[in-house]
Amino acid sequence: MDWQATRVSLLLAVLTAVLLLPPGIALARWLAFSSWRGKPLAEACLMLPLLLPPTVIGFYLLLALGQGSPLGAWLARQLDLRLVFSFEGLLLASVLINLPFMVQPIQRAFAAIPNSLREAAWVSGLSNWRTFVRIELPLAWPGLLAGVALTAAHTLGEFGVVLMVGGSIPGQTRTLSIAIYDRVQAFDTAAAHVMALALVASSVVAVALVFAADRRRPLQER
Amino acid sequence: MGICVRKRCFLGALALGPAALAALGTRALAPVRVAAASDLKFALAELARQYQSQAGSSVQLSLGSSGQFVQQIRQGLPVDLYMSADEDFVFQLADAGLTRDRGALYALGRIAAVVAAASPLVLDPALEGLRAAGAGIRHFAIANPEHAPYGRAAREALERLGLWQWFRPKLVLGENIAQATQFVTSGAAQAGISALSLALAPEVARLARHVVLPDRLHAPLRQRMVLLKSASAQASEFYAFLQTQAARAILRRYGFAFD
Repeated sequence: MDWQATRVSLLLAVLTAVLLLPPGIALARWLAFSSWRGKPLAEACLMLPLLLPPTVIGFYLLLALGQGSPLGAWLARQLDLRLVFSFEGLLLASVLINLPFMVQPIQRAFAAIPNSLREAAWVSGLSNWRTFVRIELPLAWPGLLAGVALTAAHTLGEFGVVLMVGGSIPGQTRTLSIAIYDRVQAFDTAAAHVMALALVASSVVAVALVFAADRRRPLQER
Repeated sequence: MGICVRKRCFLGALALGPAALAALGTRALAPVRVAAASDLKFALAELARQYQSQAGSSVQLSLGSSGQFVQQIRQGLPVDLYMSADEDFVFQLADAGLTRDRGALYALGRIAAVVAAASPLVLDPALEGLRAAGAGIRHFAIANPEHAPYGRAAREALERLGLWQWFRPKLVLGENIAQATQFVTSGAAQAGISALSLALAPEVARLARHVVLPDRLHAPLRQRMVLLKSASAQASEFYAFLQTQAARAILRRYGFAFD
């Protein structure tokens, strides 16, 4: 069991979920309640990371942010920031890819809130913000949990992008999925089994959490 | 009220989680970072162990296809030492101004035909036994000739033996020579061409049988290593160590030859 790789994977999963939660909630709420005509286009763009192969995303990130690119060279010179072959680069890629996983469950949860409830809150004197915090968020709670769980589980399993822009640096970008790949190539199938089973177990737990939360839908009649 | 409390606890845990995990990370002295061709998997591990026991600084190994590392190094892969299975890749990096000098030849590589240990297939240096097996070989594994030197050598050997057209429809390509070898040891491919250094390693020897293929069948695998511009002093020491008689003795045991 590669504990260093486990630590990198867990850190990446947790940080991705945490970083993505606020913008995810904002975007999801806007998509749920807005009646803008361009909404289908926005939703299609949001779906892109789900449709594109991870290697394509990784390839373009490498081209756009690597040392060989103008942007990459500028970032390295001015801000001492390297976005390929570093944990920060992996985090950026992870946040971009997991956007649909975070936004879609939350969007569905917000959309399930009847307008009548929100109007009742406004009529009762609650501002938009307090309606959001006191009424909408608690009702959309299972959706938030689903978004976080799916984002974390998906990040744990991410391989294509990590392979392209990670560089498999121990302690920095060698995640659990890369470590499994590595162990198989080292003819150490026993170690690969252990790590693969750990990943399967954590994914099952995450999905079970999502389904369990779904059953406690606050909007259902008891 | 209950839901709000639970949610705040959850969000609090989410925020503390990363801090706790980050604190668990150990701070170590800067290790020597090596990007090496996959055929060196076991030989380099032993060399690194030997070096670490006498020098104290640790060595961090990344193994993969020589060609892929060139691309990554061009994009800024943070390594100190690049050990290629083909000196042309080293010269490419030197010409791009990314290295200290034009490096040093550290070994000459050899290829070997491999089959799984329990396989009934007959191995010989002209691959006649494999040819005779006919449909018994559904998949034949080599490394990708595009970017893996051992894959290129495998292709050249098959062409010189007049067997390239025969094996071509059966080919499965490994991303590097270790993966190609793993295809054979796992049974996914019935036979393949691997690196001698891998076939001789105990971890592989118990999973596969091999026969060395004559080196006249392919252009020499001139394996060259080079320090990158930003390499540390410890990396220079490791680079020097790899050229000593002690290091060469270890490499010889893995089937490597020297000029």
